Amino acid sequence: MCAQHIYKSEFMYTVLFKLKKLAVFFLLTLFVAISSRAQTSDIQTAETSDSLTFEQLVAQMPSAKLNDLSEIINALELLSDDRSLVLFEFMLEGKLYFIEADNAVITLNEELNGGEAYVATNVIDLSIIARINDDEIKKIRVNNKLRIQLRKAIAKFTLFSKNPERRKTAVENLMSNLTLDNIALLQEATASEKNTAIKNKIELALNIAALQSKNIDEQKLAIKALDGELHPEVRGALNAIIEKDSDGNYLTQDKQLIQLAEAALKKIDSKLEFYGFLERLFFGLSLGSVLLLAAIGLSITFGVMGVINMAHGELLMLGAYTTYMIQTLMPNYIGVSVLIAIPAAFIVCALVGIAIERGIIQFLKGRPLETLLATFGLSLILQQTVRSIFSPLNRQVSTPDWMAGALQINPGLSLTYNRLYIIIFSLMVFVALLLVMKKTSLGLYVRAVSQNRDMAKAVGIKSDWVDAMTFGLGSGIAGVAGVALSQLTNVGPNLGQSYIIDSFMVVVFGGVGNLWGTLVAAFSLGVFGKFLEPLTGTVLAQIFVLIFIVLFIQKRPRGLFPQKGRSAE
Amino acid sequence: MQPFSHLRNFINKDRVFDFLVPEKSINIDTSHNVLLYVEGLTVSFDGFKALNDLNLYINDGELRCLIGANGAGKTTLMDVITGKTRPNSGTAYFGQTHNLLTKTEAEIANLGIGRKFQKPTVFENHTVFENLELALRMNKAILTSIFYRMNSEHLDRIAEILDLVNLKQHARQMAGALSHGQKQWLEIAMLLVSEPRLLLVDEPVAGMTPQETEHTAELLTSLAGEHTVVVVEHDMAFVRSIAKKVTVLHQGSVLAEGNMDDIQNNPNVIEVYLGESH
Amino acid sequence: MANAINSSFLSMNNTTREGMLSSRGGNVFLALLVVVTLLASVGNQLFPAGSALHVDTYTITLLGKYLSFALLAMAVDIIWGYCGILSLGHGAFFALGGYAMGMYLMRQIGDRGVYGNPDLPDFMVFLNWSELPWFWQGFDFFPFAMLMVLLIPGILAFIFSWLAFRSRVTGVYFSIITQALTYALMLAFFRNEMGFGGNNGLTDFKDILGFDLQSDTTRICLLLITAACLGVIYLLSQFILSSKFGRVIEAIRDSESRVRFVGFKTENYKVWLFVYSALIAAIAGALYVPQVGIINPGEFAPLNSIEVVVWVAVGGRGLLYGAVLGALLVNFAKTHFTGILPEAWLFALGALFVGVTIFLPRGIVGLLSSRNKSMEDKP
Repeated sequence: MCAQHIYKSEFMYTVLFKLKKLAVFFLLTLFVAISSRAQTSDIQTAETSDSLTFEQLVAQMPSAKLNDLSEIINALELLSDDRSLVLFEFMLEGKLYFIEADNAVITLNEELNGGEAYVATNVIDLSIIARINDDEIKKIRVNNKLRIQLRKAIAKFTLFSKNPERRKTAVENLMSNLTLDNIALLQEATASEKNTAIKNKIELALNIAALQSKNIDEQKLAIKALDGELHPEVRGALNAIIEKDSDGNYLTQDKQLIQLAEAALKKIDSKLEFYGFLERLFFGLSLGSVLLLAAIGLSITFGVMGVINMAHGELLMLGAYTTYMIQTLMPNYIGVSVLIAIPAAFIVCALVGIAIERGIIQFLKGRPLETLLATFGLSLILQQTVRSIFSPLNRQVSTPDWMAGALQINPGLSLTYNRLYIIIFSLMVFVALLLVMKKTSLGLYVRAVSQNRDMAKAVGIKSDWVDAMTFGLGSGIAGVAGVALSQLTNVGPNLGQSYIIDSFMVVVFGGVGNLWGTLVAAFSLGVFGKFLEPLTGTVLAQIFVLIFIVLFIQKRPRGLFPQKGRSAE
Repeated sequence: MQPFSHLRNFINKDRVFDFLVPEKSINIDTSHNVLLYVEGLTVSFDGFKALNDLNLYINDGELRCLIGANGAGKTTLMDVITGKTRPNSGTAYFGQTHNLLTKTEAEIANLGIGRKFQKPTVFENHTVFENLELALRMNKAILTSIFYRMNSEHLDRIAEILDLVNLKQHARQMAGALSHGQKQWLEIAMLLVSEPRLLLVDEPVAGMTPQETEHTAELLTSLAGEHTVVVVEHDMAFVRSIAKKVTVLHQGSVLAEGNMDDIQNNPNVIEVYLGESH
Repeated sequence: MANAINSSFLSMNNTTREGMLSSRGGNVFLALLVVVTLLASVGNQLFPAGSALHVDTYTITLLGKYLSFALLAMAVDIIWGYCGILSLGHGAFFALGGYAMGMYLMRQIGDRGVYGNPDLPDFMVFLNWSELPWFWQGFDFFPFAMLMVLLIPGILAFIFSWLAFRSRVTGVYFSIITQALTYALMLAFFRNEMGFGGNNGLTDFKDILGFDLQSDTTRICLLLITAACLGVIYLLSQFILSSKFGRVIEAIRDSESRVRFVGFKTENYKVWLFVYSALIAAIAGALYVPQVGIINPGEFAPLNSIEVVVWVAVGGRGLLYGAVLGALLVNFAKTHFTGILPEAWLFALGALFVGVTIFLPRGIVGLLSSRNKSMEDKP
């Protein structure tokens, strides 16, 4: 139902992801700069005296002819200076330039004013040039021969790097470009590689290469070796084997090979389908956990107290803004700030909730429709307050590092950490709430008051106090949910509005007053919505879920898990 | 073609819409002299059996008293008969043909089963007169209600009943402003203007003065014969004053049935009622 | 003797409860409605611009808009005030009626659109549609369009309320579901593929039944028609609600289960009342669109529907002219507030929600009537 927001947030992810890539790149260059300085001394001892330094070689580049460049690249390769790698990569992309005035070699990082000027980096000292005009620089030319040489150099450079991560990426990059040269390189690397994970990867690459070769026996062996392997290249290579010409005849003559390849493909497809299913399930659960977080506070206030709080969504919003505030207060500790925000948001929202209960709701006891209207008015006031204080624009809450990235289970399935954490978090909140309701005296009082207010009063429970505390608890949980939401969607004054209907639907669907019902309802609606989405599109899926619930209430007006007994009437 | 035939049906000039159909005279088959058959009725709430395989037969024109301790299932039985609660198993027939378990509250009421609740429930924001107007036995379809104008027959009927329950001077008063006892009377009055075949009366004399209680007893006995009356009551003196036949409920089923003296001498009843205190 | 009783009962029947107040207030309301609309029209037509008595066209349009809102408020009051069913989705019926009218007006543009396509509205040309979708057929014919104004919202209201009331969804649950209904419709109408102009909705109307929508006379006519509809529907509703049907409806509000035990099929009563109310809302929407010149999915927003409820609450629910009074007052305030302090309007509206429900549960009319009563009691 709130797929729309998730959708939005997914868009945000991609933007974020791009930004992050950029940031990673800068960090990398910085890292290279530092480490290269540190290493220079070792490298120089290893060099023969007649060889030229990195600086000298680079200095020759602006005036070199294409043939000379080839030699310079060879020489640079031998130097094993990390700066060479950056230089090679930029050269390959055609972004290696020099400044005509002083022949300083630079890499172009970013276009300014649509190509009139650039942000550039000096290759030698890695200093950043904030702005250089288009007419001040000249490209260092590359031809195809050089490009081949560069690719090889880059591959070799990274494949034999000391950094295992870099070696791993090198193998991955080579997999999509298994030329004979690269295969030779990989074979060379497999001998010296000590790290089993990387070694397996190289093995995989070599098998893919075998699959792509035209040697039927090798292909057959490779198919066996690659059994159940989900790497996209494997699939591509297998598809190439069973390719048909325009008359519908197989290009390969060997029937056994075709059979093997088809069986392998079938296996891969069914596996991928299964992982696709798992991924959708995961998305569904993550949407469900968001719904659970949004609805569970409501389940307390609406379900247990019978109070309709239309400002519940705004409490979520306040929780999200609390996160934002805490991050702005401690910009250097983003990772910790989210953890601090959880209790902070709970306290802030619980206090606001208690204020709402004491200030408004207690005067409207037994008039649910009036309560609904009054709290709706309150939600308008809260929204406008936030709009006045923080501006109507969305605020960016940054995601801590430990929540970024994804858990790559295999090439067919990766689970993003933020969703994973939110699923876990929502369950933790649920269990905590369950314990509060079942094990603490507050929970006992709350249940007593909800079942029979007069009797509870008669045995000395201060029902006013219990009401305020219950409402505070529900509101506080809404705040905590807001913290989680701030990690998934934009934080803006309208954040809460979009969740309120969904939350009510979850509570009603699950059966009012039943925490377990809310849990089941949230997850099933989330999963249902996500599985519907590819069939119908986001908006229609949302509409269908709404219609489904309306029809469901026809059959079971009291939800999935109704409260039974004579008092239920 | 199906939808078209529906459409043709709809357009057909001769068609009479359901809400325009005048109320049919309801035919209740009491050829075996039994008006209400309740058999094997079981109702459970969360495992607690409010009714447990209950069997009860009420003869046409009879005045029957139901007694039993709290939680014996008296009110639940009335709930089932009037359609408020659906039983887990068992049957309930009105006459030999009308299955009460498949009907809604309104249908059951229109069959001629009237009920007076334990806690007096009248329309507090309507006047006493309007309460009776709503309860009048007549077609209760929507269009009839919109174009309904009080006719003298109905006026006389209401006036007569108001006289009977001593509420005439309160006719213009809001029902919410009546005393507890007066509300009881108003509810009885509502029951009377609806002219039911079967009256289910839940604790009619709670909150009434002794004179009023006496008056009620007279009223109920006078109704029997023409109507069938089932009374649930705790007040034993009252039960004794009106009852010919008494049914004792215990833990959701019938413990004993018979006239008042038999019941009082029934060892089971004595054990259940007095056993714990002796 | 019998005669005396009869006559006393009959007279009593007319003067029960708010009977006196409602008939007196209703007459005042009708008189005011006639006087104000006539004065405004005369002021606009007979007095030249610049004269102190001149009423400018903006005011005429504004008045027409207020009166269609008043009609919408009346629709909400009929089910909320009289039957206790709080619909947070009446904006949906209003908007559907408006869309049906908008579709007619759209077809009237003909080839005068930006793209000059004689067969297709501009937005369809923009979306590269080649022909008119089936559900747009017939909307160039005014009587058909007017039939749709009633039929579409009426059928939706019937199906929706029948489903809800049959399974005895009541109170807050019903309110939330109505809100979900209008929310779902809003999402649907925002989609371009729906064929109702998506985000922008329907606009750039030129004329209605051949009369230029921009001309003063057309606007005055629209105002007069709106006022007439308001008056007629007021009288009709007053008739229905003061009949026995009305008493059943009020009894349902106070104790639905008891009404069932008396033998009324309350579901049917509620369904038809809901449909009646939805039809009024649809008519209000159809009157609103030609006067403001646009209809877009924003009209489906849950906030709009819930705002109507506040108009009714402010005016005083359970009395038809109370709803009208509330709609006029709040909208007047809104026009002025948003002109001066746009930021503050939501604060004011929110405060109104809270204040009215806590301090003024019966609205302004309730306040007046209780004062009247206490004055009557004293002597």
